[in-house]
Amino acid sequence: MTLDVAWADRWTRLSAERIAAARDELTELDRQIGDGDHGENLDRGFRAVVAKLDGSAGEEQPPGQIGDVLKLVATTLMSSVGGASGPLYGTAYLRAAKVTGLQELDAHGVVALLEGALEGITARGKAQVGEKTMVDAWQPAVDAAEAAADAGASTADVLAAAAAAARQGAAATVPLVATKGRASYLGERSAGHQDPGATSTAILLEAARDAATA
Amino acid sequence: MSGEAAPVGARARVALVLVSHSQRLAEGAVELSAQMAPGVLLLAAGGTDDGGLGTSYDRVSAALEEALGVADGVVVLADLGSAVMTVESVLDMEDGFDGRVRLADAPFVEGSVAAAVTAHGGGDVAEVLASAEHAGGTFAVAAGPPAGDGPTTEPTAPAAGAARAVVTLRNPLGLHARPAAVLARLVAGFDATVAIDGVNGASVLELMKLGATGGQELTVTGEGPQAADAVRAVVEAVEGGFGEV
Repeated sequence: MTLDVAWADRWTRLSAERIAAARDELTELDRQIGDGDHGENLDRGFRAVVAKLDGSAGEEQPPGQIGDVLKLVATTLMSSVGGASGPLYGTAYLRAAKVTGLQELDAHGVVALLEGALEGITARGKAQVGEKTMVDAWQPAVDAAEAAADAGASTADVLAAAAAAARQGAAATVPLVATKGRASYLGERSAGHQDPGATSTAILLEAARDAATA
Repeated sequence: MSGEAAPVGARARVALVLVSHSQRLAEGAVELSAQMAPGVLLLAAGGTDDGGLGTSYDRVSAALEEALGVADGVVVLADLGSAVMTVESVLDMEDGFDGRVRLADAPFVEGSVAAAVTAHGGGDVAEVLASAEHAGGTFAVAAGPPAGDGPTTEPTAPAAGAARAVVTLRNPLGLHARPAAVLARLVAGFDATVAIDGVNGASVLELMKLGATGGQELTVTGEGPQAADAVRAVVEAVEGGFGEV
């Protein structure tokens, strides 16, 4: 099954639902090692995204391509999130949109989308694997997606592999000591807590997986 | 909304956009810098779209567009990590506004003041940027070892053709921010290198760092084509009490 703009729309709306449901959990994770607003900020951002999607439905040119939806998510998150996750996820969606100037995505198209997102996050945040950031969920997700696509998996299975790897990557941030972002101010005390950005990444990729099988 | 412009007057070539997580902090930095550098376009881009704590892509890009409509170039100062990221995102999306916008790696308040005074003196984007980025070092030195170890101009014996004078500071409050800015702007207007008690007379931050108090004697030295005029002007300004006495 190939993925089209309807999938991108489902993914975005499902992301908003899941982030809203995880809002308190994300905020609590961020309270432990950050400034305690990750859930609230992302929830506000995705609610603004859905409002724009709804608003664009009556316009002459609603998003016609996957890339249009991703671009709308990007610009809206950048302007409404407030904290660091705004420009980070905004740049991720923006770079993901660049590689999806297609009507439909096959398995390798999904990998290219995820690679674009990871590239955007590392360009903006300058973080690497092991620094207790969202990169610790994105990098394994991209690796797993690539391996699955190379093995001939379907788009849904590529996304499932990415989501599972992101979830594991998020869990693996628990013992790490943060060296980037607000959590790095805590130094050694940041160990023992799961990174909120890696956790929201897992949530977003699980939404992508579930939107592909809906 | 993006803050108020400084009073209309002769416009400097370079404008500043001050990006903070707090709308009030951005506006406060504009207020402070404007007092020291009238005529420089200073725009505040603080807070989220609904006025909460955070930064807004839309507010930053709107301020940049407004500034570019008036000035040749813009130097941006940002206060914390995600404000920097928001500015970088805007510059990415707009391809850096053709290279006319530069983000300073500088402390927010000190950098804003230093950059504004340099912009007032007619500096170009590179000079205003350098002024902002030097501001942190100036303050680190001020808080650390005694003066003399830092990147300040060492007092030098007057060379042939150079000018030198000693003048007593009359202001009871000493060489605080406003008179320091007046002095720095005055010095920047001459084709001369002027040192006041050994520090760069064109740098408002170095002048403030002197911590000169009322009644203190200041040694003014100048070198360059307009050294004599510059030193004379500085002496007159100090003796005039900067309009405060």
